[in-house]
Amino acid sequence: MTGAVLEALASHWRRNRLQLLTLVLGLALATALWSGVQAINAEARASYDAAAATLAEGRFHQLMPREGDSMPQALFVALRRAGWLVSPVVEGRLRVGGTAVRLVGVDPLTAPPSSAASEALARTDLNRFLRAETLVAGPEMAALLEANMPNPVLVDQAVAPGSVLADIGVVQKLLGRAGRISRLIVLPEQPLRQQPLADIAPDLVLQRADGATDVGRLTDSFHLNLTAFGFLSFAVGIFIVHGAIGLAFEQRRGVIRTLRALGVPLRRLVVLMIAELVVLATLAGALGIALGYLIAALLLPDVAATIRGLYGADVAGTLQIRPAWWLSGIAMALGGALLAAASALWRLARMPVVAGAGGRAWALGSGRTRTLQAAAAVVLLAAAGVLAVTGGGLAAGFALLACLLLGAALALPPCLAAILRLGEAQAVRAMAQWFWADTRQQLPGLGLALMALLLAMAANVGVSTMVSSFRLTFVGFLDQRLSAELYVDADAVADRAALERFLEAHADAVLPIMSVEATLAGLPAEIFGVRVGYTYRENWRFLDAIPAVWDEIEAGRAVVINEQLSRRAALHVGHTLALGPGLSLPVAGVVGDYGNPIGQAIVGEALFRQTFPAIEPSRYGVRTGNPQGLRRALTEAFDVPPARIIDQAAIKAFSLSVFERTFSVTDALNVLTLAVAAFAILMSLLTLAAMRLPQMAPVWAMGTTQRRLAGLEILRTVLLAAITAVLALPLGLALAWVLLAIVNVEAFGWRLPMYLFPVEYIRLMLFALAAALLAALWPAWRLSRMEPTGLLRIFANER
Amino acid sequence: MLLSIEDLLKSYPGPEGPVPVLRGVTLSLDAGETLALTGESGSGKSTLLHLVAGLDAADGGRVGLDGQEVTALDDSGRARLRRSTVGIIFQQFNLIPSLDVAANIAFQARLIGTPEPQELSRLAHALGLEPQLRKYPEQLSGGQQQRVAIARALAARPKLILADEPTGNLDEATADGVMEQFLALVAETGAALLMVTHSPRLAARLGRRAHLSQGRLA
Ligand SMILES: Nc1ncnc2c1ncn2[C@@H]1O[C@H](COP(=O)(O)OP(=O)(O)OP(=O)(O)O)[C@@H](O)[C@H]1O
Ligand SMILES: [Mg+2]
Repeated sequence: MTGAVLEALASHWRRNRLQLLTLVLGLALATALWSGVQAINAEARASYDAAAATLAEGRFHQLMPREGDSMPQALFVALRRAGWLVSPVVEGRLRVGGTAVRLVGVDPLTAPPSSAASEALARTDLNRFLRAETLVAGPEMAALLEANMPNPVLVDQAVAPGSVLADIGVVQKLLGRAGRISRLIVLPEQPLRQQPLADIAPDLVLQRADGATDVGRLTDSFHLNLTAFGFLSFAVGIFIVHGAIGLAFEQRRGVIRTLRALGVPLRRLVVLMIAELVVLATLAGALGIALGYLIAALLLPDVAATIRGLYGADVAGTLQIRPAWWLSGIAMALGGALLAAASALWRLARMPVVAGAGGRAWALGSGRTRTLQAAAAVVLLAAAGVLAVTGGGLAAGFALLACLLLGAALALPPCLAAILRLGEAQAVRAMAQWFWADTRQQLPGLGLALMALLLAMAANVGVSTMVSSFRLTFVGFLDQRLSAELYVDADAVADRAALERFLEAHADAVLPIMSVEATLAGLPAEIFGVRVGYTYRENWRFLDAIPAVWDEIEAGRAVVINEQLSRRAALHVGHTLALGPGLSLPVAGVVGDYGNPIGQAIVGEALFRQTFPAIEPSRYGVRTGNPQGLRRALTEAFDVPPARIIDQAAIKAFSLSVFERTFSVTDALNVLTLAVAAFAILMSLLTLAAMRLPQMAPVWAMGTTQRRLAGLEILRTVLLAAITAVLALPLGLALAWVLLAIVNVEAFGWRLPMYLFPVEYIRLMLFALAAALLAALWPAWRLSRMEPTGLLRIFANER
Repeated sequence: MLLSIEDLLKSYPGPEGPVPVLRGVTLSLDAGETLALTGESGSGKSTLLHLVAGLDAADGGRVGLDGQEVTALDDSGRARLRRSTVGIIFQQFNLIPSLDVAANIAFQARLIGTPEPQELSRLAHALGLEPQLRKYPEQLSGGQQQRVAIARALAARPKLILADEPTGNLDEATADGVMEQFLALVAETGAALLMVTHSPRLAARLGRRAHLSQGRLA
């Protein structure tokens, strides 16, 4: 019996190849969407981590000799043995062709990933690097080296100007410092058990990392948002799979009835259909993963190359088909297919064997289901509203997202029906009236595809808004926080006064940066002292401030606080903040701060020095028109290691270029989701085409040409897509708002400002319409070319 | 006795509570017997047939078929009875559109075992279907489709054939031709036949007649 039933089930696909193709392709595309977005997300993550790492160059702790400028290499071995994950660095100066060159020797095998050195190293051939005594340098320096040194030279932009990177052994040889190292980098991840430093190397001191420019928090937020969109694309996929399977099952209703009437037990039938589905889903899932990989690989060659460059072969593997990828992709296809099939199977199981009237009734079409759906939509949207007003916590934020999206999707068919009914009421001519009514009749069949389009459009509007808002905020934040061209570590120079004199003489402006940890309004925080000047006045953007904010700060009469402190302590402009015993100042401004987890209060330099006389500046921001020249001058004058002079402009430019690449990747995400939604429409139209013949045949018989009917079909699809796209706009904006203003605040304590991009939305909408148009073309063409017998058969078989 | 129906009750839900359709139908049929069931449209003839075949559940009474209590069987039991003991021919042919004529004819027989090829070709020949064996249902005329449905039911060698207006969709001349072949084949296989028909002319050709009215048999 099983054989005969399987054959009957399979014969359906053999006779309806197009339908099989659409089902498998639909499933495959949904899977591809999921794995593609995952890949894009992973790439974005990697890119952002790289950018963040470059910005946070000084983030590693280091071990320095207590006295002198070097230590024996044996200490490195001893520390590694004692469980310390450290990497040695030797630094020194060498005169090459009359120019002082700073040589930096690193150990490529232990250097921390995502440091500037390992970035550059990863781009070079490790074997050559180790054996051939290769030197790596920026273009300018490389020319000098090639002219004066026997060693092979590699050019790499990431190496700081004036520096040369090489293997530690090579540098030791060149500097004549065999067996000596300058410092040890402490890797971020250390084993839990390790001997205390004082026991192994009492002559070393631990220098803590300086986390002042850590933008990790900002990028964390971006990751969170991208992850949310990953799930959204999953939801779009589920809708599509649901639609595809629902339609396929619907079409076989009659066959299922016949099989049962002929004595095939229900349970056997359900089991066989599930088996059939598992086979199809596995096939489609595999295809989808391959497709997702292909899409990601095609769209991301740039990013892939960057990642390989930044991280070496290991991380370039993100774009390899890994087991996790396979598994999540197949699980998505199988889970999605079974989830989607569950309701269809349940309906089949409950369907009476003998066909009553209305055997064609769509699952979504029956009045009761429709009412239930509308009710569910109202409840979900109401819940979303309540959560938006009263909800607190990250979980509530995500619950709000889920309610909003599901509610909106369920509300779509009733909304469309209402709009179409309006059109019907306005229609005068018979043909127009038929058009509106017939379009409304199509809704149940097209509902799921349109929901997918709604979600895809909303996701795209949301993703564009979020990404572009993020970009504006990020660029603004970088401009504000990294406005000085150079940052010099104050500890790098013994004679601080001499350094200050030198800087005052050579720079356009010097901005000493002083900070002290404090408890403000009962919360852990930092107080910063700043020298108010044109840099602050021109670059800082406040969320809220009094007009003369910098004058007040300079005069020591007010304080500026960051958004985190403002939100957590409910402090706003005009409120008074107690900075310490006997010192309370009014808040003159609140500033967005996206790189910092804790609260900050900023006061003028004079007030800071007076209140905290013991605190010296930790760094100096330097404004100059010639950062390279000043950098060289500083190095010459004070023997400052290049790592202690941070060229923020170069870092900023590099980070922005990495960000730009990721932004272009999100464009790909938009194209992908809309393409898949368009495919869902195509699939539904093709599947519906045969069922729609009975509705069209009479209109044709009464004197409408097939071409005209086909034209109306196209118009119908584009009309439905247009209404859906218009409805998706507010949904997408709501989505972006929830992510930026609720989820982000809950997760990170600050709100990402939301900007609107109307041109972008119009572009997206046109794209969605074009996609719908494309989807409608083929079915319409088939209709216009159909043999009259196909239409006539409708009358012959009418019963 | 092959089929015994006792005091069968069935009602459908209506807007104002259940609407009784069968109000106590009693009927019996011996092996090889043929019976024509007549009645007005909507009198419940199809309903009665569905209950006998176990396609739907009765509200009361019992149906005994080939020594088994149809009304007491679960879904898989009723399915087993349908594929091995009963052959059903509907007014709407109910062929499997994706299988060709040959596969459709063999289908029910394959559900219970391996059909003999000679038997299948004998049926196809007797019903004049030989030229159509490689065609698909949508390429057949109504009369041809119904002949396929008849062949499918007979190929499984059922003890009881239930036919619900098998020629109701056909014109009179075609209907007569199909019915001729059908009745001859039923007589040949020795199956019992319970056939619903509107036509007194057809009813007269069967062994017994029963008339359904007001939910009871007369
Ligand atoms: N699924 C159903 N739900 C509700 N009422 C039904 C259902 N099926 C049948 N009925 C009703 O039960 C009654 C009997 O229907 P049935 O199909 O058995 O009649 P019939 O005698 O076969 O009629 P016809 O000669 O027109 O085929 C009718 O009034 C019909 O409306
Ligand atoms: Mg009937």
